Amino acid sequence: MGTIYIDGKPYEADPQNNLLHVCLSLGFDLPYFCWHPALNSVGACRQCAIKQFKGEQDKKGKLVMACMTPASPDTRISLLDPDAVAFRAGIIEGMMLSHPHDCPVCDEGGECHLQDMTVMTGHDYRRAEFQKRTFRNQDLGPFLNHEMNRCIQCYRCVRFYRQYAGGKDLNAFSINNTVYFGRNEDGVLENEFAGNLVEVCPTGVFTDRTLKQHYTRKWDLRMAPSVCGHCGVGCNVTLGERYSLLRRVVNRFNSEVNGYFLCDRGRFAYEFVNSPNRIRTPQLDGEAISGEAAEWEFQNLTSSRDRLIGIGSPRASLEANFALRQLVGADRFFAGVESKEWTLITTMIDILKRGPARSPALNEIEHSDAVLILGEDVTNSAPRMALSLRQSVRQQPMEIAKKLQVPLWMDDAVREVVQDQRGPFFISAPFATRLDDIAAITYRAAPDDAARLGFAVAHEIDANAPPVPGLHEKMRAMARVIADALKKAKRPLVVSGPSCRSLAVVESAANVAKALCGFSQPAMLGLLTPECNSFGLALLGAHALDEAVALTGKDATVIVLENDLYRRLPLEKADALLGSAARVIVLEHLSNTTSARASLLLPAATIAESDGTLVSNEGRAQRYFSVFPHQAEVRESWRWLRKPQWSSLDDVLSDLAKEVPQLAAVVNAAPSSKFRVDGAKVPREPHRASGRTAMTANLTVVEPKPPVDPDSALSYTMEGAPLQPPGALQPFFWSPGWNSIQSVNKFQSEIGASLRTGDPGVRLIKPSGKGEYFTQIPSHFVRREREWLVIPIEHIFGTEELSQHAPAIATLAFKPYLALNASDAGSLGLANEGEELEIELGGAKHRLPAKILPDLPAGVAGIPNGLDFAFGEVFPTWRRIERVS
Amino acid sequence: MAQEKPLTEAIPLDGQALSLRGYEQAGGYQGLRRALREMTPQAVQEEVKKAGLRGRGGAGFPTGMKWSFVPMGSDVPRPKYVIANADEMEPGTFKDRYLMEGNPHQLIEGLILAAYATQADVAFIFIRGEYRLAQERLARAIAEAHTAGYLGKNILKSDFALEMILHVSAGRYMCGEETGLLNALEGKRANPRSKPPFPPVAGLWGKPTTVNNVETLVNVPHIIAKGFTWYQGLSRSKDYGTKIYGASGKVKRPGLWELPMGTTIREILEEHAGGMREGLRFRGVLPGGASTDFLVEEHLDVPMDFLEVQKAGSRLGTGTMIVLDDRTCPVGMTSNLIHFFAQESCGWCTPCWSGLNWAKQILAAMEAGRGKPVDIDKLSFQTKFLAPGNTFCALAPGAAEPLQSALKYFREDFERHIREQRCPWK
Repeated sequence: MGTIYIDGKPYEADPQNNLLHVCLSLGFDLPYFCWHPALNSVGACRQCAIKQFKGEQDKKGKLVMACMTPASPDTRISLLDPDAVAFRAGIIEGMMLSHPHDCPVCDEGGECHLQDMTVMTGHDYRRAEFQKRTFRNQDLGPFLNHEMNRCIQCYRCVRFYRQYAGGKDLNAFSINNTVYFGRNEDGVLENEFAGNLVEVCPTGVFTDRTLKQHYTRKWDLRMAPSVCGHCGVGCNVTLGERYSLLRRVVNRFNSEVNGYFLCDRGRFAYEFVNSPNRIRTPQLDGEAISGEAAEWEFQNLTSSRDRLIGIGSPRASLEANFALRQLVGADRFFAGVESKEWTLITTMIDILKRGPARSPALNEIEHSDAVLILGEDVTNSAPRMALSLRQSVRQQPMEIAKKLQVPLWMDDAVREVVQDQRGPFFISAPFATRLDDIAAITYRAAPDDAARLGFAVAHEIDANAPPVPGLHEKMRAMARVIADALKKAKRPLVVSGPSCRSLAVVESAANVAKALCGFSQPAMLGLLTPECNSFGLALLGAHALDEAVALTGKDATVIVLENDLYRRLPLEKADALLGSAARVIVLEHLSNTTSARASLLLPAATIAESDGTLVSNEGRAQRYFSVFPHQAEVRESWRWLRKPQWSSLDDVLSDLAKEVPQLAAVVNAAPSSKFRVDGAKVPREPHRASGRTAMTANLTVVEPKPPVDPDSALSYTMEGAPLQPPGALQPFFWSPGWNSIQSVNKFQSEIGASLRTGDPGVRLIKPSGKGEYFTQIPSHFVRREREWLVIPIEHIFGTEELSQHAPAIATLAFKPYLALNASDAGSLGLANEGEELEIELGGAKHRLPAKILPDLPAGVAGIPNGLDFAFGEVFPTWRRIERVS
Repeated sequence: MAQEKPLTEAIPLDGQALSLRGYEQAGGYQGLRRALREMTPQAVQEEVKKAGLRGRGGAGFPTGMKWSFVPMGSDVPRPKYVIANADEMEPGTFKDRYLMEGNPHQLIEGLILAAYATQADVAFIFIRGEYRLAQERLARAIAEAHTAGYLGKNILKSDFALEMILHVSAGRYMCGEETGLLNALEGKRANPRSKPPFPPVAGLWGKPTTVNNVETLVNVPHIIAKGFTWYQGLSRSKDYGTKIYGASGKVKRPGLWELPMGTTIREILEEHAGGMREGLRFRGVLPGGASTDFLVEEHLDVPMDFLEVQKAGSRLGTGTMIVLDDRTCPVGMTSNLIHFFAQESCGWCTPCWSGLNWAKQILAAMEAGRGKPVDIDKLSFQTKFLAPGNTFCALAPGAAEPLQSALKYFREDFERHIREQRCPWK
């Protein structure tokens, strides 16, 4: 640290940072555009100009760009210098020459960084009087609206999209004041993180097209801190609601988890909450009944405890699962996941608890400096993690920049010196993945061979790790290259998960991580989980779903919690489980095959309408909070299932902590409902929210009482303390003069670092031992005559259950296919992609159009995970495939 | 003593290129022979440093010093590059074209020497797309040099090896800026790069790279062949050597002349360009191309070297003047120039892409008879707004130079446009 002087006053500053970073961290309002805390400095917009003086005697000084100037000790600068003030206003004036000034009809209005910065610089009078330049806008797909006339040429969009997210189809075209940021032709943006442009763009060029369908200004949204429920990563999100409609999702900064960015599934899946398929009233044998009646029925049906079978869910909260477990007893509580997947999940938990390797947060993944991925297409199975993985290859080459004394925040300069050099990154997956472009080695293999590679790498690192019998010399050489790179790294990372449905793959990853930990630096082991609370459910403890089938019978009442068993079990097993039971009680958000079989159907609140805790794949317990006040008959699942003595979520949590010691810490995931800031609750609405007395005036002129929230320290209205709450309770980011999401600057301990009041979440899993090497090494994959090993292929759009009910995502969902490599397709006599193949799945023959995946190993076939008729199949599975003649 | 013209005297007057044989007969490749035979790379750098050669592309940076920034030795990043900047797009400037069309081997030898001095492995000639004839001649000359053993492996039986690539630019003014050039050569947008790192440390594809203007490079073979003392003697000023001066505009004999550095504007205009055309009076001159400040009658005796022109309030730039006469509208001329610079702005930094366009619109309106008194203030504001350091690169500050000096010397003309709501010259 050194001392710098800002307008004559001394401040402590880290010379490793630039002056914009320092000024913003110190709380100064210095306007900027092209700089972004995750994208760093390029010096394009010239908005953050300040005066720099050579010494105490220098009174004249020189304008410099704060973002491009290091905060060297004894630096003397002025933000208030009249030349700097005038120049900053001049920059805005220049940007506004062609800006349409259409704030009243612009979706960005009210949370626009350009508006904020314009006000901040004081530019308020238009001197220009010539025609503005105009552009033609593009149709960029269902997620984003494009309005190029508003562009101020800050280049953030292309820098994020191309350099940060690895996208290719968004570019800067033309020059001068007509630089066009778009695609070379209309079409859906291909990158899985395109939705972030909504927040990256400082004005209204890229706006949320789904929000446009039911638009509300930010200041009119009721907002709540939530956690994304559409994969296992646990990104923090902010939900926005008005008039009982969920309007949108934006990123909620958590320095350890998602930082500034989300994936498109996480951002746009929210619309399932508004789906017409929602179950909103309780039903008894298909007839709608009142909530009170439903409660009575439920009590009635569940009063005889020994006949209850509870089926939990990896997509329901810990509290809901716990409530069900308490109701039915631990012996009769089932995970709602079939045994193969359940074994994978529990094994992964076990590895992380007993082994030496720590499961990394996304921030640690981003900073890892050598990566081995075994058996996962991360972009499709845990999308946000892929974005962090993509950054990891920049870690090692940063040394080049350091050597040349290029400051690491000087983004373009760093990229120039680094060029295309990347840190070690290795992927073994059965097919090409979206991270292949950054990988040094990609190995396409059937699950058994991917595992063998993992075991071989582990053995290369540590001779005590079991050797791989019959290892081919080529694979040994590959393993050696990978092992060497991992050994040399300071922060090596192994990533694996359940997508291959192979225990051996996960175990081989564990061996690599253990071998590395024994070698030198502690290695990280990132294991993906299939759903948002897979780990929570596993930590709670449950039996595999298959075992429930044996217990069902005429005297049994089966209670299914937020789970479609027809996605989990083969049709006949699911039928047997539900059909043989005397009664089926289903708690669910959306109608599905299981809910159709319910004798008592209870409308369960979604993540947006309830409070609860999820445990991410990192082992981080995070609380989400309802954004909807009380919803007629829709109730939190735990409330339907509750014990009489439970009146609020706190009661459930305190019992949970008592009953399940390894989950005791979840109580600390967020403050309790008793928590107050300055004696008041934390308001979910901005203090500028309008229409409070008018919103229901068409029904009654009496102003409704503010809804009560017994479960959290949040209030549903604008009443409350305007102070920064603990991170887990942060309902939205807003600060005077900072209406856009970039106001998060004002809430961080330092730019880009943790929230001042702490990042949300508590880690539940600590590596506690050395673990054991796994020794079950599969023999190498041998293809079969006329049969293919069918594996499921994950899709960011289409695989996850709830997000498919969001219209924007549904339009991008995969189309059914059966994938083979070209020579296998040829051997079946296929001439073209799209020709039909026949395969038996889920007990019936199905026709699927052929898709050629050139990299798929010979003898392996793939089908998209999420095909309804393949639910219940236990993959991988051998199948005959015939051409339809 | 007859004036020496080392850079141009061998160029045939019939418009043909000097052949390899012709070049060799005129003393060509002797500098390279000497360097490879008896000089270390550092000695070549030292010779050029002592000769006081300064960059002829406009900025006037000492060439030897530029070369000395390149990391040398066996453990430095490779390949290292040298690049001849032949993207001559400064309006009014056509000296490099003449040098390349007339004597392509001279540039090739200069570039090889630059490569030797910096121990580069690959050389590029980055040439403007419109220079078709120069491209043809350079391509042929590079092939000839290869065959003759001046390029390739073991050049002149030494250990030194060099490949030379002629790169035809898609063309933009920005490519003349050395880091814009590097981006363009890498196939990216020709935006300037942030400095540091400077190209000698991290340039093309992140490797050490030297970029020199064509005219700068063609000086090098002569300095090496004949020594720095001889070279210094060529000049009339503290900036050494000869300079290719040019004049365009309504003078009697527009053209190029190789003259001792420090020749006065008056001598160039009156003796070499033949003075103004009949009936026209001199009003002003852009001494070093379009991106330099106007000088006027009082400056005619200013010697054209880096220091003196700067003292007079302008820049030597490329040393090729554009002359303004009394029958040409200075507002129109400025408008034309600003139009060019606005059009060539890469669109990276706000002051440039917004400020130049605004200035362009104001000037065009003024010319069209729609000027307003407040416009002069707006234009003055732009000249300060676009000051060096405020923008990302030198394009906009360069563009502001003719504008600010026009406002200074021809203010009355601007006011008349506004007062009369027309262009008085139309």
